[in-house]
Amino acid sequence: MENVNLKINGLDVSAPAGSTILEAAHIAGIKIPTLCFLKDINEIGACRMCIVEVKGARNLVAACVHPINEGMEVRTNTPQLIEARKRTLELILSDHDKKCLSCVRSGNCELQALCQELGVADENYFSGEMNRYEPDTSAAHMVRDNNKCILCRRCSAVCEKSQAVGVIGPNQRGFATFIGSPFEMGLGETSCVSCGQCIAACPTGALYEKDFLDDVLAAIEDPEKHVVVQPAPSVRAALGEEFGYPMGTDVEGKMAAALRRIGFDKVFDTDYSADLTIMEEANEFIERVQNGGVLPMMTSCSPGWVKYCEHYFPDLLDNLSSCKSPQQMFGAVTKTYYAEKMGIDPKDIVCVSVMPCTAKKFEIGRDDQDAAGVPDVDISITTRELARLIRKVGIDFQSLPDEGFDDPLGESTGAGVIFGATGGVMEAALRTAVETLTGEELKSVEFTEVRGTDGIKEATYHVADMDVKVAVASGLANAKQILEKVRSGEADYHFIEIMCCPGGCVNGGGQPQVHADVRNFTDVRAVRAKVLYDNDAAKPLRKSHDNPSIKKLYEEYLGKPGSEKAHHVLHTRYVKRSIN
Amino acid sequence: MPEKKQTVPFSGTKEQEEALLQVIAGLKDEPGALMPILQKAQDIYGYLPMEVQKMISDETGIPLEKIYGVVTFYSQFSLSPKGKYRISVCLGTACYVKGSGDIYNALMEKLGIVGGECTPDGKFSLDACRCVGACGLAPVMMVNDEVYGRLTVDDIDDILAKYE
Repeated sequence: MENVNLKINGLDVSAPAGSTILEAAHIAGIKIPTLCFLKDINEIGACRMCIVEVKGARNLVAACVHPINEGMEVRTNTPQLIEARKRTLELILSDHDKKCLSCVRSGNCELQALCQELGVADENYFSGEMNRYEPDTSAAHMVRDNNKCILCRRCSAVCEKSQAVGVIGPNQRGFATFIGSPFEMGLGETSCVSCGQCIAACPTGALYEKDFLDDVLAAIEDPEKHVVVQPAPSVRAALGEEFGYPMGTDVEGKMAAALRRIGFDKVFDTDYSADLTIMEEANEFIERVQNGGVLPMMTSCSPGWVKYCEHYFPDLLDNLSSCKSPQQMFGAVTKTYYAEKMGIDPKDIVCVSVMPCTAKKFEIGRDDQDAAGVPDVDISITTRELARLIRKVGIDFQSLPDEGFDDPLGESTGAGVIFGATGGVMEAALRTAVETLTGEELKSVEFTEVRGTDGIKEATYHVADMDVKVAVASGLANAKQILEKVRSGEADYHFIEIMCCPGGCVNGGGQPQVHADVRNFTDVRAVRAKVLYDNDAAKPLRKSHDNPSIKKLYEEYLGKPGSEKAHHVLHTRYVKRSIN
Repeated sequence: MPEKKQTVPFSGTKEQEEALLQVIAGLKDEPGALMPILQKAQDIYGYLPMEVQKMISDETGIPLEKIYGVVTFYSQFSLSPKGKYRISVCLGTACYVKGSGDIYNALMEKLGIVGGECTPDGKFSLDACRCVGACGLAPVMMVNDEVYGRLTVDDIDDILAKYE
């Protein structure tokens, strides 16, 4: 692409034509502060933090949306600009609930960071009338506290553009403007899918998951309770970010050690039940293909996606695999097979999951998720909550040794690990389905066509005299495109993997928040996914059906994949929901 | 959270629905169709209740929240129908300095609604307006086409009683 030459702060800079001033400055190593800007999602130039001086321009311009021109001269850090940005922050603070000490985002708040960087000396510089809102606690997974909202619209842009949901947005006008749902419905009454991408996008403490750490600690303290924990694949790929490790560090060993020191009776692994999901899902797929079942079959591990399907594509519910998600399969096996094996009453087991996801908090309360007559999973916490728990109980994470998981529900293969990245479930399922259909060992277990962070991926594999057409989508707006083709009959896929969050669970709504100034220039999805693929490549076993603990589970308890018992324990039903 | 709940039950007719569907069908593939659809919908129904906004959302695929956000942003759109008796209190400069703000507040309290709303029985709706050209009578309010001037808060009960 052609380059454009300009001067920024007196430096000669060359950047691709079509770049914004913000992008050109980034190339030159110059940071311009931003607040409302989220690349590709919220490019509205509204907050005025990124204002810069352009020679010859009548007004200060917003660097995040202003394109560069040949010969342009830009200044980004004059005293007047710094003063103007400071004034903007002071105005934002004039209607912001400044209870920072008790705020969940304190120390990790983008507004707070900007105030420090620009030297805001008096948070009450403009004090006057303030809006007061009752926090919305109606949803199962999160709280919306408009008192801390700065109206940047990052949340509503993500909800509508990335996720094709759009249940929150700006209502009213001027000083009365607030982010809300139609007709002042609570979020729980809307067709919110619980993905939590709004939380990941929020720069302040206005949006946060419901915190269940007190329940976890109470269960651990209770001598009557046997408390087991299962962290999802993606947690190990991001937890380190909360403790000063660079993004893309695998902290699996330290995570297991931390969970043990928190006091869980058993430290198991959701990777185990990811392998189990593959056994059931691959079997279900083969059965559908061989017996003329409903195709394309669609994966069901992502509870945000499942809820989206129920609200927006209820006519396609028969295409959803009946398999419970790995979280729920884990809980179901814990409270049936494991409980029997250990001689513990399922009522005395507390199953805690650690998830990169907020929709998992909704999922544990779904109907038909109680294989032993009690909920499969009792408490679901996010990666962020786990980080808070580790700090709360006084564990020095960095100095922990690397430890492993407990048996028997801690053993996993590489196929289970890659569940956290878009395309991972498809690849894991193909590893098992292809070997089952052909009866031959795969030469290579890597299906690279379904890897990568593209929103939509397609591939065709020739398996046992049949062309198997697969599609993979992540981010619900991408999923919507595929689903509309399925609905109209235009697409003839056999198998579709859908993950709710863009890039898959590694970029889930429960993962450590990444400030926009990093997120705008780093592909968080790819960096975290690499952790999982590297982890997979290093494993001696990489196919779910080779997992010795899973084989034993079928021998001792379930019989074979798709058996009546497997259906009772590991499968579920869906319901039609309306759009609000 | 601001209270902006609907107070009057929806009573749309089949004819109104057909007219709305026709409007949407004619406009929905054009960029920026939402504003003209909402304006025409308000022409058809007189206001934009949830049922109407829901219909527009279902037909266009535009999220209901986006529609609601636009409706609450522009003062030209109303979430409440007009009552059988439409009360307008002048908040123009002359009336305001003569105390029409107190009259307006008293009406909101007596009717149990805020400006822009309608009582649940559909009888009274209340709006603020700017100057009816009778500054000499300030403070002024109108009920439909009837003008009441030189008002005090104490006059309100008697005026409302005339319309019971």
